[in-house]
Amino acid sequence: MQIPALAGLILIFFSVILLIGLFLLKDRVKASFRDIPAFANFTKALGNAVENGSRIHFSLGSAGLSNSRTAASFASLSVLRQSAELSAASDKSPLATSGDATLTILSQDSLKIAHNIAGVDHRYEASSGRLAGLTPFSYAAGTVPTIYDEDISANMIAGSFGVEVGLLSDASERTRSFTLAATDSLPAQSVLYANANEVLIGEELFASGAYLDIGRTHLVSLYVQDILRWIIVATLLGGAAMKLLAGLL
Amino acid sequence: MTKLFAPAIAITTGVLVLLSYFLPNNTLVGLRVTIVQWAVILAGAAVFVGISNLLSIHFKKIMGKEKGRIYSLLLIASLIITLALGIFLGTDSPTMQSIFNAIILPVESSLLAIMAVTLIYAGIRLLRHRNDLTAMIFLFFALITMLGAAPLPFFQIPLVGDLIRPWVVGVLATSGARGILLGVGLGTLLTGLRILIGADRPYGGK
Repeated sequence: MQIPALAGLILIFFSVILLIGLFLLKDRVKASFRDIPAFANFTKALGNAVENGSRIHFSLGSAGLSNSRTAASFASLSVLRQSAELSAASDKSPLATSGDATLTILSQDSLKIAHNIAGVDHRYEASSGRLAGLTPFSYAAGTVPTIYDEDISANMIAGSFGVEVGLLSDASERTRSFTLAATDSLPAQSVLYANANEVLIGEELFASGAYLDIGRTHLVSLYVQDILRWIIVATLLGGAAMKLLAGLL
Repeated sequence: MTKLFAPAIAITTGVLVLLSYFLPNNTLVGLRVTIVQWAVILAGAAVFVGISNLLSIHFKKIMGKEKGRIYSLLLIASLIITLALGIFLGTDSPTMQSIFNAIILPVESSLLAIMAVTLIYAGIRLLRHRNDLTAMIFLFFALITMLGAAPLPFFQIPLVGDLIRPWVVGVLATSGARGILLGVGLGTLLTGLRILIGADRPYGGK
């Protein structure tokens, strides 16, 4: 086995052990987060939507299951299920649009489960999980009318996007609806920084599960992410220091 | 039954595919190829389901005489025509190629052009809804990078194109991007592991 493969395998095993270990520690691991106002504002927007009977729209991006950026879609599906559960009681049930067929099926499943948990099964419609287009720009073009015409009061744009996400956040801005946007793509993050109400930068998309209180595994996963980050920081600094020393000696 | 069956299948296939990338074993690699081929077939079937979903939504819009139903009609007509041409002439036929080159490509390029205008407008609007130091720094560096890269008609701004912009892009932007990408990589790893150990199940079940 080559060294990079071995290192990858060790990293995965180490992460799994940490994940399970911290999960088993249960209450000894206390939740303490840095404040990200975007999440509090999103929860407020969910509450407002339920109160005034408007709709929440989830835009899940274009990465399906056979894509290397699937993790962002999975993170957005977790947020969809939790938020749909909270807003399913609204007069108009939440909508999810996606740019990949497999993601559409998963979003329908998540919405159905959310309605079931909220005890409003009868309100679920299969058409609330929609395929808007199969290429990034056709997806954006197919989603913009949804933002304009479906009485949307809040948009959660989370998942894997390219720069086309700017068209979605612009439509949201024009309808004066709230937007929380998070993506794994750097160009899309810079576009969103310029024209979305609330934007999550970097890996904050993957922390959304812990912030929205989806479950203990999300919280533990965030801790493991932090531990791994510190290990990487220490390795990078150690490597730089060693190189500097080697140059001096 | 599904409650146990779906996670069991997902975890087993996930672990097998993951191990096949790290362990040099021909049986595992063969298994991975087969599983990935199955996934591709399933994804193809999912496209069919997705298109049916798209059709039903737009059909409902037309029937309900909703706003923008003319576009829904146009979408359904284009879908049927393209599908029929693809089935009878084949996807590699010159007609299908010209549909792609003469319709889809220019339309998507136009959307990209609209996107550029949208971004300029967003840049102007930025300080209105994000009036802080970070937004100012963001705008300043966006301007520097654009000025350094833009082909100006009569002269080039001294230092910006040949010194400042390469330093901003090569040092500041690259180091920042690497930091963000490391974080995204860790997030991706942990999301994958949560699904692999069955703690997170986006494929069904409560």
